Amino acid sequence: MRRAPVASAPAVKGRSLWDDARRRLLRNRAAVASVATLALLVLAAAVGPYLTPFAYDQVDKADVWMPPLTNGHLLGTDALGRDLLARLLTGLRVSLAIGLVATTVSLLIGVAWGATAGYVGGKLDEAMMRIVDVLYSLPFIFFVILLMVTFGSNIVLIFVAIGAVEWLTMSRIVRGQTLTLKNKEFVEAARAAGLGRTAIVARHIVPNLLGPVVVYVTLTIPAVILAESFLSFLGLGVQPPMASLGVLIAGGASDMELAPWLLVFPSLVMVVTLMCFNFIGDGLRDAIDPKDR
Amino acid sequence: MLRYIGQRLLVAIPTLFLVVTAAFFMMRAAPGSPFDSDRKLLPEIEANVLAQYGMNKPLGQQYVDYLAGVAKGDLGPSLKYRDKSVLDILKENYEPSLKLGLSAILIAAIVGVSLGVIAALRQNRTADNVVMAVAILGVCIPTFVTAPLLVLVIASKLGWLPTAGWNDGALANLVLPVTVLALPQIAIISRLTRAGMIEVLGANYIRTARAKGLPESLIVRKHALRAAILPLVSYLGPACAGLITGSLVVEKIFNLPGLGKFFVISALQRDYTVVMGMVIFYAALILVLNLLADLLYAVLDPRVRLA
Repeated sequence: MRRAPVASAPAVKGRSLWDDARRRLLRNRAAVASVATLALLVLAAAVGPYLTPFAYDQVDKADVWMPPLTNGHLLGTDALGRDLLARLLTGLRVSLAIGLVATTVSLLIGVAWGATAGYVGGKLDEAMMRIVDVLYSLPFIFFVILLMVTFGSNIVLIFVAIGAVEWLTMSRIVRGQTLTLKNKEFVEAARAAGLGRTAIVARHIVPNLLGPVVVYVTLTIPAVILAESFLSFLGLGVQPPMASLGVLIAGGASDMELAPWLLVFPSLVMVVTLMCFNFIGDGLRDAIDPKDR
Repeated sequence: MLRYIGQRLLVAIPTLFLVVTAAFFMMRAAPGSPFDSDRKLLPEIEANVLAQYGMNKPLGQQYVDYLAGVAKGDLGPSLKYRDKSVLDILKENYEPSLKLGLSAILIAAIVGVSLGVIAALRQNRTADNVVMAVAILGVCIPTFVTAPLLVLVIASKLGWLPTAGWNDGALANLVLPVTVLALPQIAIISRLTRAGMIEVLGANYIRTARAKGLPESLIVRKHALRAAILPLVSYLGPACAGLITGSLVVEKIFNLPGLGKFFVISALQRDYTVVMGMVIFYAALILVLNLLADLLYAVLDPRVRLA
């Protein structure tokens, strides 16, 4: 029997998986605080660069090595007299953007790969997962470095290179999840009710995949930010004068004797950002899949 | 057991083959050549140099030649470091990397497991919260942040330890790099140990042991720990990969000799053979470690049957 369309009277609303998850998440203080902090950081990265009185690449030979709070430089300046606050906001923006885009790349590849392998099964599944196993056992950073060396360091490539490496775990999670879901009673029921294959995947498999995938996405973003910073630190990632958190930390590390603030502030922003993502990821995992606690 | 090891090693060969192939063609797709320099070589000289290294042949032929060499254990000559083969470079530089990596993982294992056990035994009390807070910090603070900060405070400002250098592996020079490498591993290991320990302590056989009246310390050491550290064994492979990544940073910041440096420099200089040698070396290392981890797992957990 088809459900009658609800016109005016709201039907009795059951608590969905997501309602439950939201309630549990809101009770997790670390996660809520992290969401708030992260929202602030994202806002700062989005609009901050337009509000600072200095441009991130504005060189000022008269104001080099200014400590924080001098000459209108809230966080001081670097060896070229560039304003650290402006650079930090721009760097945060670049790092967050790389985190988001590369994670999306890994999400697309990982979900497509894992769902195909899991749903089709058989020989294809075996072959696809074998490839993942092989890639897994590689020191991935070497391949990212090779990629950067091969095609030069441009930002788009960083997105793709890191995303192309980070999809492995995603595909494993998605495949495993698809495999269990495929044989669940509710999928069988849907099949018995005459639902087509696409409809089953769209209505029943994907929504149930979403939980672990969302959790893993929030844990992939910091991993990507870390990977980008690592590359930039080695001089292979984002190229100066463009800033990223990694570029700033690398610069700060080489000048730390003279100007410790150049190291301290970018490091602080980096650590806080990563912590927020990790707390949110942990919180989401506890909220969506409470039996994992 | 021996048959299992043989099987695994056999499976490792196609994996290594794929690695070599991918790395070979990626490296060759890069613009530039190892013989580029500020002064342009005369065409005849360049042709001679290329011929010397067999690089005048078609790429496919070079690939086959290289594979044949690798199969015989010959990784070829370095294209940048005259008179040195890739094997020489590996042999001359593996020691600091090995020393750093082993000390770091050893310390991380001891400290991480102890912290994890303490946290699990004091679950949701102050000690637990402190350990878990430290663990989260350890995961979130990357090596390239801890390393310069530690150098700044402990070496530069306080002057307790040397800021950089290898000094033939003197203890004082080792402390900071090993700490930096070990910290993230300590964080992960303590989390894994705590989770495993908490799960195990709720198991029936632990209750049985308690009911028999065994002292708590014995239960923890003999019964619980052995099962609780199982997840750690599977972490061995990823841990090694993490150490390799970390060592790239640490070698740079502390100006240490080691293999990591060669990889980046050689890749930038298009020293094809050295890069390939490194990739093969690390891939093989990780494959072997994963195999060791699986074997160890079977030894620790008799329920696991190797087939």
